[in-house]
Amino acid sequence: MKSKQINTDKKRGKFRIKRGWIQAAATLLTNIHLPNFFKGVIYRGPVKHICVPGLNCYSCPAATGACPVGAYQAVVGSPKHRISFYILGLLTFFGVLAGRFICGFLCPFGWFQDLLHRIPTKKFSTRKVKALRYVKYVILFVVVGLLPVILTNPSGMGSPFFCKYICPQGVLEGGIPLSIANSGIRAALGPLFSLKAAILAAVVVLSILFYRPFCKWLCPLGAFYSLFNRVSMYRFHVDRDKCVNCGKCARVCGMDVDIRDNQVHPECIRCGECEKACPTSAISHSFRLFEKRADKAESPCAGAGCAGCHERDK
Amino acid sequence: MKKADGKFMSALCSRHSTLAFRLLLLALAVAFVILGALNGEALEVFKKAVRICLECIGIG
Repeated sequence: MKSKQINTDKKRGKFRIKRGWIQAAATLLTNIHLPNFFKGVIYRGPVKHICVPGLNCYSCPAATGACPVGAYQAVVGSPKHRISFYILGLLTFFGVLAGRFICGFLCPFGWFQDLLHRIPTKKFSTRKVKALRYVKYVILFVVVGLLPVILTNPSGMGSPFFCKYICPQGVLEGGIPLSIANSGIRAALGPLFSLKAAILAAVVVLSILFYRPFCKWLCPLGAFYSLFNRVSMYRFHVDRDKCVNCGKCARVCGMDVDIRDNQVHPECIRCGECEKACPTSAISHSFRLFEKRADKAESPCAGAGCAGCHERDK
Repeated sequence: MKKADGKFMSALCSRHSTLAFRLLLLALAVAFVILGALNGEALEVFKKAVRICLECIGIG
Protein backbone atom coordinates (compact mmCIF):
# COMPACT_ATOMS: atom_id res chain seq x y z
CA MET A 1 0.00 0.00 0.00
CA LYS A 2 2.82 2.37 0.99
CA SER A 3 4.81 1.56 -2.17
CA LYS A 4 1.69 2.29 -4.26
CA GLN A 5 1.43 5.68 -2.55
CA ILE A 6 5.11 6.44 -3.30
CA ASN A 7 4.56 5.38 -6.91
CA THR A 8 1.61 7.73 -7.46
CA ASP A 9 3.50 10.59 -5.74
CA LYS A 10 6.49 9.97 -8.02
CA LYS A 11 4.19 9.86 -11.04
CA ARG A 12 2.60 13.17 -10.00
CA GLY A 13 5.99 14.81 -9.46
CA LYS A 14 7.26 13.77 -12.89
CA PHE A 15 4.01 14.83 -14.53
CA ARG A 16 4.10 18.24 -12.82
CA ILE A 17 7.58 18.88 -14.25
CA LYS A 18 6.44 17.77 -17.71
CA ARG A 19 3.36 20.01 -17.50
CA GLY A 20 5.55 22.92 -16.39
CA TRP A 21 7.68 22.52 -19.49
CA ILE A 22 4.59 22.45 -21.72
CA GLN A 23 3.33 25.64 -20.04
CA ALA A 24 6.75 27.27 -20.48
CA ALA A 25 6.83 26.32 -24.17
CA ALA A 26 3.30 27.66 -24.68
CA THR A 27 4.24 30.93 -22.97
CA LEU A 28 7.35 31.24 -25.14
CA LEU A 29 5.37 30.58 -28.34
CA THR A 30 2.80 33.15 -27.23
CA ASN A 31 5.63 35.64 -26.59
CA ILE A 32 8.21 34.78 -29.19
CA HIS A 33 9.67 38.26 -29.87
CA LEU A 34 11.88 38.39 -26.79
CA PRO A 35 14.40 41.01 -28.08
CA ASN A 36 11.54 43.56 -28.03
CA PHE A 37 11.76 43.58 -24.23
CA PHE A 38 15.10 45.40 -24.55
CA LYS A 39 13.96 47.68 -27.36
CA GLY A 40 10.80 48.82 -25.53
CA VAL A 41 8.61 48.32 -28.61
CA ILE A 42 5.92 45.76 -29.56
CA TYR A 43 5.76 43.35 -32.51
CA ARG A 44 3.68 44.77 -35.39
CA GLY A 45 3.61 41.88 -37.88
CA PRO A 46 0.67 40.14 -39.63
CA VAL A 47 0.31 37.40 -36.97
CA LYS A 48 -1.35 40.05 -34.81
CA HIS A 49 -4.50 39.51 -36.91
CA ILE A 50 -4.95 36.26 -34.96
CA CYS A 51 -5.81 35.77 -31.29
CA VAL A 52 -3.80 33.46 -29.07
CA PRO A 53 -5.85 30.96 -27.00
CA GLY A 54 -4.65 32.12 -23.56
CA LEU A 55 -4.78 35.41 -21.66
CA ASN A 56 -1.76 37.28 -23.02
CA CYS A 57 -1.62 41.06 -23.38
CA TYR A 58 -1.01 42.23 -26.95
CA SER A 59 0.90 45.17 -25.55
CA CYS A 60 3.54 42.80 -24.21
CA PRO A 61 6.68 43.64 -26.24
CA ALA A 62 7.19 39.97 -27.09
CA ALA A 63 3.53 39.09 -27.85
CA THR A 64 3.09 36.94 -30.94
CA GLY A 65 -0.64 37.50 -31.46
CA ALA A 66 -3.62 39.41 -30.11
CA CYS A 67 -5.23 38.90 -26.70
CA PRO A 68 -8.75 37.47 -27.27
CA VAL A 69 -10.33 39.48 -24.43
CA GLY A 70 -8.68 42.76 -25.43
CA ALA A 71 -9.42 42.12 -29.10
CA TYR A 72 -13.10 41.40 -28.40
CA GLN A 73 -13.47 44.67 -26.49
CA ALA A 74 -11.61 46.55 -29.22
CA VAL A 75 -13.99 45.27 -31.90
CA VAL A 76 -17.25 45.78 -29.99
CA GLY A 77 -15.99 49.14 -28.70
CA SER A 78 -15.70 50.47 -32.26
CA PRO A 79 -18.82 52.17 -33.66
CA LYS A 80 -19.05 49.65 -36.55
CA HIS A 81 -19.60 46.47 -34.53
CA ARG A 82 -21.79 45.42 -31.59
CA ILE A 83 -20.60 41.81 -31.45
CA SER A 84 -17.40 40.21 -32.70
CA PHE A 85 -18.11 37.11 -34.75
CA TYR A 86 -14.42 36.76 -35.54
CA ILE A 87 -13.29 36.45 -31.90
CA LEU A 88 -16.34 34.41 -30.85
CA GLY A 89 -15.61 32.01 -33.73
CA LEU A 90 -11.95 31.63 -32.79
CA LEU A 91 -12.73 31.10 -29.10
CA THR A 92 -15.53 28.63 -29.88
CA PHE A 93 -13.11 26.67 -32.05
CA PHE A 94 -10.50 26.55 -29.26
CA GLY A 95 -13.24 25.72 -26.73
CA VAL A 96 -14.65 22.78 -28.71
CA LEU A 97 -11.17 21.36 -29.24
CA ALA A 98 -9.86 21.65 -25.71
CA GLY A 99 -12.21 23.41 -23.27
CA ARG A 100 -10.34 24.58 -20.17
CA PHE A 101 -7.31 22.46 -21.08
CA ILE A 102 -6.17 25.83 -22.43
CA CYS A 103 -6.22 27.24 -18.86
CA GLY A 104 -4.32 24.24 -17.52
CA PHE A 105 -1.62 23.97 -20.16
CA LEU A 106 -1.51 26.91 -22.58
CA CYS A 107 -2.34 30.10 -20.69
CA PRO A 108 0.71 32.21 -19.71
CA PHE A 109 -1.12 33.81 -16.78
CA GLY A 110 -2.21 30.39 -15.54
CA TRP A 111 1.42 29.27 -15.57
CA PHE A 112 2.43 32.43 -13.71
CA GLN A 113 -0.08 31.60 -10.96
CA ASP A 114 1.09 27.96 -10.85
CA LEU A 115 4.68 29.12 -10.32
CA LEU A 116 3.63 31.50 -7.53
CA HIS A 117 1.68 28.71 -5.84
CA ARG A 118 4.85 26.62 -5.66
CA ILE A 119 6.41 29.12 -3.24
CA PRO A 120 6.54 27.13 -0.01
CA THR A 121 4.09 28.73 2.44
CA LYS A 122 0.91 27.63 4.17
CA LYS A 123 -1.79 26.97 1.54
CA PHE A 124 -5.51 27.63 1.96
CA SER A 125 -8.52 25.94 0.44
CA THR A 126 -11.09 27.83 -1.64
CA ARG A 127 -13.86 25.26 -1.09
CA LYS A 128 -15.73 27.55 1.28
CA VAL A 129 -15.81 30.45 -1.18
CA LYS A 130 -17.05 28.51 -4.21
CA ALA A 131 -19.72 31.16 -4.84
CA LEU A 132 -16.99 33.58 -5.95
CA ARG A 133 -16.49 31.53 -9.11
CA TYR A 134 -19.65 33.13 -10.54
CA VAL A 135 -17.96 36.56 -10.51
CA LYS A 136 -16.03 35.63 -13.63
CA TYR A 137 -19.28 35.10 -15.56
CA VAL A 138 -20.46 38.58 -14.57
CA ILE A 139 -17.11 39.94 -15.80
CA LEU A 140 -17.47 38.01 -19.06
CA PHE A 141 -21.03 39.06 -19.89
CA VAL A 142 -21.18 42.53 -18.34
CA VAL A 143 -17.66 43.99 -18.28
CA VAL A 144 -16.34 42.41 -21.50
CA GLY A 145 -19.53 41.92 -23.51
CA LEU A 146 -21.84 44.73 -22.49
CA LEU A 147 -20.04 47.79 -21.09
CA PRO A 148 -17.88 48.57 -24.16
CA VAL A 149 -21.09 48.53 -26.23
CA ILE A 150 -23.33 50.65 -24.02
CA LEU A 151 -20.89 53.08 -22.38
CA THR A 152 -19.46 54.94 -25.34
CA ASN A 153 -18.00 58.41 -25.86
CA PRO A 154 -19.65 60.98 -28.21
CA SER A 155 -17.90 59.42 -31.23
CA GLY A 156 -19.37 56.00 -30.40
CA MET A 157 -16.16 54.42 -29.08
CA GLY A 158 -16.27 52.17 -26.02
CA SER A 159 -13.42 51.56 -23.59
CA PRO A 160 -11.85 48.13 -22.99
CA PHE A 161 -13.15 48.12 -19.39
CA PHE A 162 -11.70 44.76 -18.40
CA CYS A 163 -8.23 45.63 -19.72
CA LYS A 164 -8.39 49.11 -18.24
CA TYR A 165 -9.65 48.40 -14.71
CA ILE A 166 -9.21 44.70 -13.94
CA CYS A 167 -6.66 42.77 -16.01
CA PRO A 168 -3.37 42.30 -14.12
CA GLN A 169 -1.71 40.71 -17.15
CA GLY A 170 -1.47 44.08 -18.97
CA VAL A 171 0.63 45.56 -16.17
CA LEU A 172 2.73 42.42 -15.74
CA GLU A 173 3.51 41.86 -19.42
CA GLY A 174 3.06 45.35 -20.86
CA GLY A 175 3.19 48.12 -18.28
CA ILE A 176 6.21 46.99 -16.27
CA PRO A 177 8.57 45.92 -19.11
CA LEU A 178 7.61 48.83 -21.38
CA SER A 179 8.06 51.40 -18.60
CA ILE A 180 11.49 49.96 -17.79
CA ALA A 181 12.69 50.10 -21.41
CA ASN A 182 10.83 53.21 -22.60
CA SER A 183 11.28 56.51 -20.73
CA GLY A 184 8.30 58.12 -22.51
CA ILE A 185 5.93 55.45 -21.16
CA ARG A 186 7.55 55.66 -17.74
CA ALA A 187 6.83 59.39 -17.61
CA ALA A 188 3.16 58.86 -18.53
CA LEU A 189 2.34 56.40 -15.72
CA GLY A 190 -0.31 57.69 -13.33
CA PRO A 191 -3.08 56.67 -10.91
CA LEU A 192 -4.48 54.04 -13.30
CA PHE A 193 -1.14 52.26 -13.30
CA SER A 194 -1.10 52.37 -9.48
CA LEU A 195 -4.59 50.83 -9.35
CA LYS A 196 -3.64 48.06 -11.76
CA ALA A 197 -0.33 47.44 -10.02
CA ALA A 198 -2.28 47.04 -6.75
CA ILE A 199 -4.59 44.49 -8.45
CA LEU A 200 -1.54 42.63 -9.75
CA ALA A 201 0.04 42.65 -6.28
CA ALA A 202 -3.20 41.30 -4.77
CA VAL A 203 -3.37 38.51 -7.38
CA VAL A 204 0.28 37.63 -6.72
CA VAL A 205 -0.25 37.37 -2.95
CA LEU A 206 -3.51 35.42 -3.36
CA SER A 207 -1.86 33.06 -5.89
CA ILE A 208 0.79 32.14 -3.33
CA LEU A 209 -1.86 31.30 -0.73
CA PHE A 210 -4.65 29.89 -2.94
CA TYR A 211 -4.53 27.83 -6.14
CA ARG A 212 -5.19 30.00 -9.23
CA PRO A 213 -7.48 32.67 -7.70
CA PHE A 214 -7.62 34.70 -10.91
CA CYS A 215 -8.68 31.69 -13.00
CA LYS A 216 -11.31 30.67 -10.45
CA TRP A 217 -12.88 34.03 -9.71
CA LEU A 218 -12.03 36.70 -12.29
CA CYS A 219 -10.89 35.42 -15.68
CA PRO A 220 -13.50 36.02 -18.43
CA LEU A 221 -11.57 33.76 -20.81
CA GLY A 222 -11.76 30.89 -18.33
CA ALA A 223 -15.47 31.62 -17.96
CA PHE A 224 -15.95 31.38 -21.73
CA TYR A 225 -13.97 28.14 -22.08
CA SER A 226 -15.80 26.63 -19.09
CA LEU A 227 -18.99 26.73 -21.17
CA PHE A 228 -17.33 24.26 -23.56
CA ASN A 229 -15.99 21.73 -21.04
CA ARG A 230 -19.12 19.64 -21.57
CA VAL A 231 -18.62 19.28 -25.32
CA SER A 232 -14.86 19.62 -25.73
CA MET A 233 -12.98 16.89 -27.57
CA TYR A 234 -10.30 16.71 -24.86
CA ARG A 235 -11.83 15.23 -21.73
CA PHE A 236 -11.39 12.94 -18.77
CA HIS A 237 -13.08 9.62 -18.08
CA VAL A 238 -13.61 7.65 -14.86
CA ASP A 239 -13.80 3.89 -15.05
CA ARG A 240 -16.29 3.06 -12.31
CA ASP A 241 -15.21 -0.59 -12.27
CA LYS A 242 -11.64 0.39 -11.35
CA CYS A 243 -12.53 3.28 -9.01
CA VAL A 244 -12.23 2.36 -5.32
CA ASN A 245 -13.69 5.69 -4.12
CA CYS A 246 -10.59 6.57 -2.10
CA GLY A 247 -11.24 10.27 -2.84
CA LYS A 248 -7.60 11.08 -3.61
CA CYS A 249 -8.55 12.67 -6.94
CA ALA A 250 -10.85 15.14 -5.17
CA ARG A 251 -8.24 15.92 -2.51
CA VAL A 252 -5.45 16.76 -4.99
CA CYS A 253 -7.68 18.92 -7.21
CA GLY A 254 -6.71 22.57 -6.87
CA MET A 255 -9.89 23.67 -8.62
CA ASP A 256 -12.15 21.99 -6.03
CA VAL A 257 -13.63 19.50 -8.50
CA ASP A 258 -14.58 15.93 -7.66
CA ILE A 259 -14.07 14.20 -10.98
CA ARG A 260 -15.96 11.10 -9.79
CA ASP A 261 -19.15 13.17 -9.75
CA ASN A 262 -18.61 15.18 -12.90
CA GLN A 263 -15.91 14.65 -15.53
CA VAL A 264 -16.97 17.73 -17.51
CA HIS A 265 -17.17 20.18 -14.60
CA PRO A 266 -16.89 23.83 -15.76
CA GLU A 267 -14.10 24.47 -13.24
CA CYS A 268 -11.92 21.55 -14.38
CA ILE A 269 -8.82 22.93 -16.12
CA ARG A 270 -7.78 19.42 -17.23
CA CYS A 271 -4.45 19.75 -15.43
CA GLY A 272 -4.29 15.96 -15.00
CA GLU A 273 -3.35 15.96 -11.30
CA CYS A 274 -6.29 13.64 -10.49
CA GLU A 275 -5.31 11.22 -13.25
CA LYS A 276 -1.78 10.89 -11.91
CA ALA A 277 -2.92 10.68 -8.28
CA CYS A 278 -5.34 7.81 -8.91
CA PRO A 279 -3.91 4.63 -7.32
CA THR A 280 -5.97 2.31 -9.55
CA SER A 281 -5.58 4.20 -12.85
CA ALA A 282 -9.35 4.62 -13.05
CA ILE A 283 -9.01 8.09 -14.53
CA SER A 284 -7.95 8.54 -18.14
CA HIS A 285 -8.16 11.24 -20.80
CA SER A 286 -8.94 11.28 -24.50
CA PHE A 287 -8.96 13.65 -27.43
CA ARG A 288 -11.41 12.58 -30.08
CA LEU A 289 -14.31 13.89 -32.12
CA PHE A 290 -16.43 10.78 -31.73
CA GLU A 291 -17.02 9.31 -28.26
CA LYS A 292 -16.49 5.56 -27.95
CA ARG A 293 -19.55 3.41 -27.30
CA ALA A 294 -20.31 3.81 -23.62
CA ASP A 295 -20.19 0.68 -21.53
CA LYS A 296 -21.60 -0.03 -18.11
CA ALA A 297 -18.60 1.52 -16.43
CA GLU A 298 -18.86 4.91 -18.01
CA SER A 299 -21.79 7.01 -19.08
CA PRO A 300 -21.64 8.88 -22.41
CA CYS A 301 -22.54 12.14 -20.70
CA ALA A 302 -19.45 11.89 -18.47
CA GLY A 303 -21.44 11.82 -15.26
CA ALA A 304 -22.68 15.36 -15.57
CA GLY A 305 -25.82 14.44 -13.66
CA CYS A 306 -28.36 13.80 -16.42
CA ALA A 307 -31.52 11.77 -16.00
CA GLY A 308 -29.87 8.86 -17.79
CA CYS A 309 -27.13 8.69 -15.15
CA HIS A 310 -29.62 8.73 -12.31
CA GLU A 311 -31.57 5.90 -13.95
CA ARG A 312 -28.39 3.85 -14.32
CA ASP A 313 -27.17 4.54 -10.79
CA LYS A 314 -30.48 3.46 -9.20
CA MET B 1 -43.32 16.61 -17.62
CA LYS B 2 -40.57 15.00 -15.52
CA LYS B 3 -40.60 11.95 -17.77
CA ALA B 4 -40.32 14.16 -20.85
CA ASP B 5 -37.38 16.01 -19.30
CA GLY B 6 -35.65 12.73 -18.57
CA LYS B 7 -36.12 11.53 -22.14
CA PHE B 8 -34.82 14.81 -23.50
CA MET B 9 -31.71 14.71 -21.30
CA SER B 10 -31.04 11.09 -22.17
CA ALA B 11 -31.29 11.96 -25.84
CA LEU B 12 -28.90 14.85 -25.30
CA CYS B 13 -26.48 12.51 -23.63
CA SER B 14 -26.29 10.08 -26.50
CA ARG B 15 -22.95 9.93 -28.21
CA HIS B 16 -24.49 10.74 -31.58
CA SER B 17 -25.93 13.99 -30.36
CA THR B 18 -22.57 14.85 -28.76
CA LEU B 19 -20.87 14.32 -32.12
CA ALA B 20 -23.55 16.31 -33.92
CA PHE B 21 -23.31 19.14 -31.39
CA ARG B 22 -19.52 19.24 -31.66
CA LEU B 23 -19.65 19.30 -35.45
CA LEU B 24 -22.30 21.99 -35.37
CA LEU B 25 -20.22 24.14 -33.02
CA LEU B 26 -17.08 23.66 -35.10
CA ALA B 27 -18.95 24.59 -38.29
CA LEU B 28 -20.46 27.60 -36.53
CA ALA B 29 -17.02 28.64 -35.28
CA VAL B 30 -15.52 28.49 -38.79
CA ALA B 31 -18.53 30.36 -40.23
CA PHE B 32 -18.19 33.06 -37.55
CA VAL B 33 -14.47 33.49 -38.23
CA ILE B 34 -15.09 33.87 -41.97
CA LEU B 35 -18.04 36.21 -41.44
CA GLY B 36 -16.04 38.30 -38.96
CA ALA B 37 -13.01 38.48 -41.23
CA LEU B 38 -15.23 39.57 -44.16
CA ASN B 39 -16.79 42.21 -41.88
CA GLY B 40 -13.37 43.72 -41.29
CA GLU B 41 -13.07 42.54 -37.68
CA ALA B 42 -9.68 40.88 -38.25
CA LEU B 43 -8.37 44.22 -39.49
CA GLU B 44 -9.87 45.92 -36.44
CA VAL B 45 -8.07 43.42 -34.19
CA PHE B 46 -4.82 43.97 -36.08
CA LYS B 47 -5.06 47.77 -35.84
CA LYS B 48 -5.56 47.53 -32.07
CA ALA B 49 -2.91 44.86 -31.51
CA VAL B 50 -0.04 46.60 -33.34
CA ARG B 51 -0.36 49.75 -31.23
CA ILE B 52 0.51 49.88 -27.54
CA CYS B 53 -2.83 49.74 -25.72
CA LEU B 54 -2.43 52.55 -23.19
CA GLU B 55 -5.42 51.52 -21.06
CA CYS B 56 -4.15 47.92 -20.90
CA ILE B 57 -0.76 48.90 -19.50
CA GLY B 58 -2.19 51.46 -17.05
CA ILE B 59 -2.02 54.80 -18.88
CA GLY B 60 -5.21 56.64 -19.59
